[in-house]
Amino acid sequence: MRGAATIVFEGMPSYGELLKQVKGRIVELDARQARELENAAWVDVREQDEWDEGHILGAVHIPRGNLESRIEGIVPDRSQPIVIYCASGARSAFAAESLNALGYERAASLAGGYTDWKRNGYDIVIPQQLSPEKRARYSRHLLIPEIGETGQLKLLDSRILLIGAGGLGSPASLYLAAAGVGHIGIIDADIVDESNLQRQIAHSLNTLGTPKVDSAKRSIEALNPDVEVTTYRERLTSENIDRVLDDGWEVIVDGADNFPTRYLVNDASVWRDIPVVHGSIYRFEGQVTVFKPGDGPCYRCLYPSPPPPELAPSCAEGGVLGVLPGIVGTLQTNEALKLALDAGEPLVGRLLLFDALATDFTEVRINRNPDCPVCGEHPTVTEYIDYVEFCTR
Amino acid sequence: MSVVRVPPVLRVEAGGAREVEASGGTVRELLEDLRVRVPELGAKVYDGAEIRPYVNVYVDGEDVRTSGGLDAPVRDNATVVLLPAMAGGDGR
Repeated sequence: MRGAATIVFEGMPSYGELLKQVKGRIVELDARQARELENAAWVDVREQDEWDEGHILGAVHIPRGNLESRIEGIVPDRSQPIVIYCASGARSAFAAESLNALGYERAASLAGGYTDWKRNGYDIVIPQQLSPEKRARYSRHLLIPEIGETGQLKLLDSRILLIGAGGLGSPASLYLAAAGVGHIGIIDADIVDESNLQRQIAHSLNTLGTPKVDSAKRSIEALNPDVEVTTYRERLTSENIDRVLDDGWEVIVDGADNFPTRYLVNDASVWRDIPVVHGSIYRFEGQVTVFKPGDGPCYRCLYPSPPPPELAPSCAEGGVLGVLPGIVGTLQTNEALKLALDAGEPLVGRLLLFDALATDFTEVRINRNPDCPVCGEHPTVTEYIDYVEFCTR
Repeated sequence: MSVVRVPPVLRVEAGGAREVEASGGTVRELLEDLRVRVPELGAKVYDGAEIRPYVNVYVDGEDVRTSGGLDAPVRDNATVVLLPAMAGGDGR
């Protein structure tokens, strides 16, 4: 006889029975017991919309369907206690059993789930939310545990100032904008010239002869309308630096082309406690570091005063490989994003040297100088200094 | 013998070389030797008594100013990096 066969599994458990069996094999903790666990990772296995309506403070979100594939990235140590929760403790029971099978011997399910937790009045977070459009735009960031929705919201809320919209500022402006840094400031007095286009990729033939700040703003807005751009079409001086920094910039990306500006930026950042991502380039070589006041050296710890003019050539004089500011500027951007996200190890106290001809990265340690004239124990520089512009350009 | 890496802005003083050699058991001896072997470069870095204030000298990745100064020992085959400040952004 041909036709469809019906197979009946006799004695197979119902959902309720299965849940009961699973609960018998795992550890369940109530809200009070779970709170007392030390060093536990908290994992919320509910769906996105449930998470968005509120979750336990300090938890990470891994929807149940992604749990097994993503847990190792979040909790690499299989002996670390894990508290898994869902709405009521059912999905988390199955999740706990699955983690036990993966070798997480101290994975436990929160009995009563988020509902009970909330009823007990314990700490929860009701997150700000990304719109569906933003969720789509930043989806590749949202997938990274170190960023996620919280990190993306941080970026959208961050304020980063670019000193210069030239070779270093160009890639920085584009990648910061693409990353969704919500507020970008750009200060530059120059206009776009044909000789810039060999490397300054924020500008184009369409913006030749226009102010660089306006040209960069156009590029940013074409890339990402979420970004609010503040332009300062002026050269940074002791007269205007306080006005610019009063706008509340949290990170400075320094791509200045001259020493007077470098020192102004440094001194102001020390006094105002703003981290500076420093980049400089010449011909085939570049340097990157982060000057974070209090945590590491400042620029004057390295170089208390400017060098003699013959040692201070500019790119206009010495030339530069077009891609070099691209490499150095993107390294700076990486540091700026990490600072904004408060993630990873910024280049504080480390000076990274890049040689494009040899394709060689070298790192040297740089230390705070207790005799530093600005951030040392007995500062001698206490107001802005306008060094005379000595580089011939 | 140690390798001294010459920064781009000081290569003219080193006859265009990206690296030169110098030897010495301490930073002072090494810089004295550099002044003999490559006089123009040596003089730009070390005035015979002090390292010039606008140049930093790193031996095996450590800034000699904050790790023992001129008397700090230098091992054989050390890597020495000379680093004057680079203004070096790129406006124009």
